Amino acid sequence: MMRLLGFIGGALTLALVQAAPAGAMTIEKIVSPKGITAWLVREKAVPLVALNYAFKGGAAQDPAGKSGTANLVADTLDEGAGDLDSKAFHDRIERHAIELSFNASRDEFRGSLRVLNEHRDEAFDLLRKALTEPRFEPSAVERVRGQELAGLRRETTNPNSIAGRIWWETAFPGHPYSFETKGSLETVPAITPDDLRDFTKRVFARNGLTVSIVGDIDEKTAGEMIDKAFAALPAANDLKPVADVKPKGLGRRIVAELDVPQAVVMFGGPGLGRHDPDFMAAYIVNHILGGGSFSSRLYKEVREKRGLAYGVSENLAWFDHTALIMGGTATRADRTAEALAIIETETKKMAEEGPTADELAAAKDYLKGAYALSLDTSSKIAAQLTQIQLDRLGIDYIQRRSAMIDAVTLDDAKRVAKRIYGSGMLVTVAGRPKGLASSTQ
Amino acid sequence: MAAAVTLLLCPAGAGAAEQSGPKISDFKLDNGLELVVIPDHRAPVITHMIWYKVGAADETAGKSGLAHFLEHLMFKGTAMHPAGQFSSVVARMGGQENAFTSSDYTGYYQRVPSEKLEEVMGFEADRMTGLVLTDAVVLPERDVILEERNQRMENNPRARLGEQMDAALFLNSPYGRPVIGWRHEMEGLTKDDAIGFYRRFYGPNNAVVVVAGDVDPQQALAFAKQTYGKLKPHADIAPRARPLEPPPAAVRSLTLADPRVEQPTLQRSYLVPSFHTAKPGESEALEVLAHILGAGSNSRLYRALVVDKHVAVSAGAYYDSSAYDMSKFGVYGAPVEGVSLTDLESATDAVIAEVIDKGVTADELDRSKSRLVADAIYAQDNQATMARWYGQALMTGATVADVQSWPDRIRAVTAAQVQNAARQWLERIRSVTGYLVKDTGPAVNKAERTAPAKSGSTGEKRS
Repeated sequence: MMRLLGFIGGALTLALVQAAPAGAMTIEKIVSPKGITAWLVREKAVPLVALNYAFKGGAAQDPAGKSGTANLVADTLDEGAGDLDSKAFHDRIERHAIELSFNASRDEFRGSLRVLNEHRDEAFDLLRKALTEPRFEPSAVERVRGQELAGLRRETTNPNSIAGRIWWETAFPGHPYSFETKGSLETVPAITPDDLRDFTKRVFARNGLTVSIVGDIDEKTAGEMIDKAFAALPAANDLKPVADVKPKGLGRRIVAELDVPQAVVMFGGPGLGRHDPDFMAAYIVNHILGGGSFSSRLYKEVREKRGLAYGVSENLAWFDHTALIMGGTATRADRTAEALAIIETETKKMAEEGPTADELAAAKDYLKGAYALSLDTSSKIAAQLTQIQLDRLGIDYIQRRSAMIDAVTLDDAKRVAKRIYGSGMLVTVAGRPKGLASSTQ
Repeated sequence: MAAAVTLLLCPAGAGAAEQSGPKISDFKLDNGLELVVIPDHRAPVITHMIWYKVGAADETAGKSGLAHFLEHLMFKGTAMHPAGQFSSVVARMGGQENAFTSSDYTGYYQRVPSEKLEEVMGFEADRMTGLVLTDAVVLPERDVILEERNQRMENNPRARLGEQMDAALFLNSPYGRPVIGWRHEMEGLTKDDAIGFYRRFYGPNNAVVVVAGDVDPQQALAFAKQTYGKLKPHADIAPRARPLEPPPAAVRSLTLADPRVEQPTLQRSYLVPSFHTAKPGESEALEVLAHILGAGSNSRLYRALVVDKHVAVSAGAYYDSSAYDMSKFGVYGAPVEGVSLTDLESATDAVIAEVIDKGVTADELDRSKSRLVADAIYAQDNQATMARWYGQALMTGATVADVQSWPDRIRAVTAAQVQNAARQWLERIRSVTGYLVKDTGPAVNKAERTAPAKSGSTGEKRS
């Protein structure tokens, strides 16, 4: 691991929109002096650096009966580390205007850091301390746990949370995905500081690490900063295996009674994995049915024509061990059944007939053009680079993406619409929807 | 306050440039339209926003929710561009759009490739005067805003407490009205109400266009002249003169009880100056005070209530300088189990009293000012944030120069000014205190139940 900092595979200059040299963005693949690979975008316009990274192993690695562990780690990592207690740690963060955040998703433990150049060393030093020497002092853990439990108590009467929890419990019984990443009122009290320490030891390792760095920084300094933060971590993680799984309960409807004026509806079913050959077609078809802001079929039918809801949407979601389509809306109790019937009709219609040629062309234009909007700040670029790396799409993905979208034909779209919308959905509702009860099954 | 009640058209999701920041251009067209251009050449995209100096505070009594309703109806088409055309053109560009309404302003924006700027300006100029409404589109949209009210307010006890507190804090100012509107008034809003409001307030001399992104300022000006510049100024736009608050005379408190409250909460709002209504330095001192008192884990309230005394699970404070009239300063906390809201309130008052009596330390002052000033640099990393900062400032009585001098004005705040701000403005008589509690049954007299001793049960499952 004595190699010098250098490039692997060269650098790629990508013009996001043709003939717009101002928007050219170069992604460099760099290897730090200690051998950690990262993607770097140098951007001198603002004197700051944005770091985004992920460790394989998120909430799906929570110990049995202790769901919420990864999330509690994320909320407690900035509560003291190494020689700094919680107060001293927060003092340095605030004094140097450092933005440091951690969060747990189902498959990854993620983090981001944003700092002005003048405080860069201090920031990466604090990050190293947090990742390698977290204190997890009992008083700090109890305090943070108290905040989480207050939030979980609120959720027990929140229709969004209730509909969501039932959906995941029903779709993935017995699997780590059945739990919310934040855990529950039953599991969060059971988590000990040793559980938190154990989680960091099993998950925070260099082999599961993905790093992206964007900002006013050269590759040499970037390599030094990456080593400062991550080189002290162990080489290999120790993850428990997680089974691949498909959502259950398709065709089922579950209504949870809750005294609120508006019922919240969640619906979902199996989607397509990120490396499925039909993924891009599914992405486009989903956009036509339920994506975008004011253009989707569901938006037009549910909101614009009938005024049934303020919002309705549907998305693709992919995980390491499953893939989903998921959507939701919130609508008044006496018209929930009508809204749900429209969603079901539109979904079925899309499965049977697919999109029109015009819809396909419009969706392609949108999806190609709008990508630039997800790459217009340092933090957004860094997050996007991490996602591209996690999805193993290749350093030239941004360059290839438009051609991949263009390659989807109307026949592809129709075939894939049937594939993703033809297998039925699991529907959960929280509220008092008139004339809508749980289905038997 | 303005920011806290901003409503977006679709569920989505003040500061400054340092010397090192972008050079801002500020133009005025002959018809009175102001154009602000913020260069950001990193990506070939622009954020185009049009801000109208009209919001919920400009509604006639009895028509609450009208400014926001009109915002939704602005997407229903014009004689030249039928309903949906603008949105579908923006989508076809790969653009994103949305709109928002606050007490003081209404805004619309598109984020599109740079070369599309003139085209979106053309559409936006067209709907500034060309809106066409029919009951066929107005009535379903009224159902949409009622569902939006359900989603934001009725399904959310904390939001309803905030609504009640605003109504109690602002006795005479229309800021006491919810931006979304009171349900019974929203139900009666009509097409004619919306068109009347539109004709009264929408015009080039009541609007500011902010363009942030990959564009040359002179080019943006030329596009603006070509599009917005062709509109005639509105003859009857008058300066905003809303009813103002009388001096506060009574300490107010209220309780919102709801069976769904599983975590009680204490909220306090004080009537304080905004940047626009404050004397020089006052608003900046309030910003630093809010930061020292209640931003983050090392703030006074968090240290005292959460860490040292263990009476709260969370605590904090906030202040929004951007309001055309008076603004508010907020303090909040959620008690740990077994601590009453009354006890939490006493502990909170003790923290505030200490700042009033003994002031803040030089270290707290330095730390807070560094953090606040850094936000101005972080903002430069996001063209949409920059556009929002300038737009919001210009809508609430500030100028481009005011935004640019903000970091210097924050740096100039002294410990004595912070202490004076606390002494002068955090008086109980200027405040409303709100208690959010669990409604445990119909037999209880809600008016008397101001602060129960215990929080709700912890292990309750969904019913």
